[in-house]
Amino acid sequence: MKIKAIAFNTFKEAIRDRILYLLLFFAAVCIIFSRLLALLTVGDKVKIIKDVGLTSISLFGALMAILMGTGLVFKEIDKKTIYTIVSKPIHRYQFLLGKFFGLIFTLFIMLLLMSFIFLAWVFFHTFTIEWEMFVAILFIFFELCLVTSVALLFSCFSTPILSSIFSLAFYVIGHTAWGLETLIKKIPPGMGKTLVQALYHFIPDLENFNFKTEIVQHLDIPSEVFLYSILYGFFYTLFVLIIAVLVFRKRDFI
Amino acid sequence: MGTVLKIENLHKSFKLGFLLKKKEILRGISLSVEQGEVFGYLGPNGAGKTTTIKCILGLIFPEKGKIEIFSHPHLSPKAKEKIGFLPENPYFYDHLTASEFLDYYSQLFLLKKGEKEEKIKNLIRLVNLEDSADLQLRKFSRGMLQRIGMAQALLNDPSLAFLDEPLGGLDPLGRKEMRDIIVRLKDEGKTVFLSSHILQDIEMICDRVAIIVNGKIINQGALHDLISEKILFTEVILSGVEEKELEGLGEYFSGHGDRTLLKVFKEENVEKVLQHVQSKNGKVHSLIPRTETLEDLFVEIVKQR
Repeated sequence: MKIKAIAFNTFKEAIRDRILYLLLFFAAVCIIFSRLLALLTVGDKVKIIKDVGLTSISLFGALMAILMGTGLVFKEIDKKTIYTIVSKPIHRYQFLLGKFFGLIFTLFIMLLLMSFIFLAWVFFHTFTIEWEMFVAILFIFFELCLVTSVALLFSCFSTPILSSIFSLAFYVIGHTAWGLETLIKKIPPGMGKTLVQALYHFIPDLENFNFKTEIVQHLDIPSEVFLYSILYGFFYTLFVLIIAVLVFRKRDFI
Repeated sequence: MGTVLKIENLHKSFKLGFLLKKKEILRGISLSVEQGEVFGYLGPNGAGKTTTIKCILGLIFPEKGKIEIFSHPHLSPKAKEKIGFLPENPYFYDHLTASEFLDYYSQLFLLKKGEKEEKIKNLIRLVNLEDSADLQLRKFSRGMLQRIGMAQALLNDPSLAFLDEPLGGLDPLGRKEMRDIIVRLKDEGKTVFLSSHILQDIEMICDRVAIIVNGKIINQGALHDLISEKILFTEVILSGVEEKELEGLGEYFSGHGDRTLLKVFKEENVEKVLQHVQSKNGKVHSLIPRTETLEDLFVEIVKQR
């Protein structure tokens, strides 16, 4: 109940943030302009529209999660609104989870709006509603949950600017981590290989949530892959949230 | 009467600057607050008043010391259920209206719907914000924010209310209203822990005070024990008498028009002044004996340190 109250207030606060609508506007522009890109590229124009559209949803969703998530706790401490919350009979983890779920709900709404624009644009070109696109969007949502938890973690001990840089780095590294797999194959066995292997397992692999190509190309995806991605997302998000709670529970609000 | 708040040997320091130099803010604070009293916590700026309150409320963690609220550890939900807090310079969620704000906070106390609505209505009436209940907090003046802050502090009908500078930034009328609320809380048997440096107000409403300077409690006790009731001097405002004629009887202080303010330090001289004025057909406009004030005591203590 207390978490719900904080989440609802976070949602109310977030939907009043202009940056959200600015990003939504640019996401819509990118989705619409995918048609132009389709004209300049060789290949099936609808597939390019779908690919660019889904990428835009993923990218702008991540930007929303990072830009809003990094200010989530910092703003409360900076403006001292947290004083009257923490002094109430509430555990600090409840406050943090409330903030997390509030932003997740906001992102869910934003994702729905972007999806609506995207599906309407695809419908305009194909005259069919392609429901399988929702599978790709659902995994984008799981990715956003993880990115939000990371932004929230940084927000617990750093300023919004630094937190944004760290979270953005997390996002970029997460989408390029697959390169390490290739590197592992090329490095001869030894200390170096072990280190790179350890690094590969530690850093996030956000490509686990990327089913855009498979969905657009109508490729078969084994259900184990879906299950693995869901579990990966759930446990990684949980892990980051636990660290955030540990950091936050001992923090002084000066 | 039982002890509602007990603090023993509280220490807190902060690491400041690039080199994280340690600065001791609280150096062994010990105090206790009894049920039903208004306890004044006084000190100059930077003495450690707000830091003490933050430690009590769990906003910061002390390095050493023990805090108990109603015999419970201060961080336990049982303790927090019984307290209310109004911070200094309150800043709340400015996108919410006054009613929405109180509704949000009442959910943190798990108040039931009917009870919640009734309570919010009563509190808005108590702090005189009935006309602004549906106004966003961003449109509130400083005084209005202070009043809505007071309302949120009383949402759970607390047995112990912590008020950090509740009278700061208020106009005289606002200060009176706030004082009335505090007195009303006392009349209802609640305990108030009041941090302030507006000494006249403290003197008016507090039963006991503690004075903190540089992170240490210098003096604490009942107001009547701390302040001497002995007359320090008598202020006499008179007219119709030349200043020169009053030399030796008192200290000429100031003159306004034909009136003269005279500070008379010896009681026998007061009689002489009155006789002299009468003999010269002058007029005594006022005669006020001055006892020691909390301000005198406070200034003396702070100067000594």
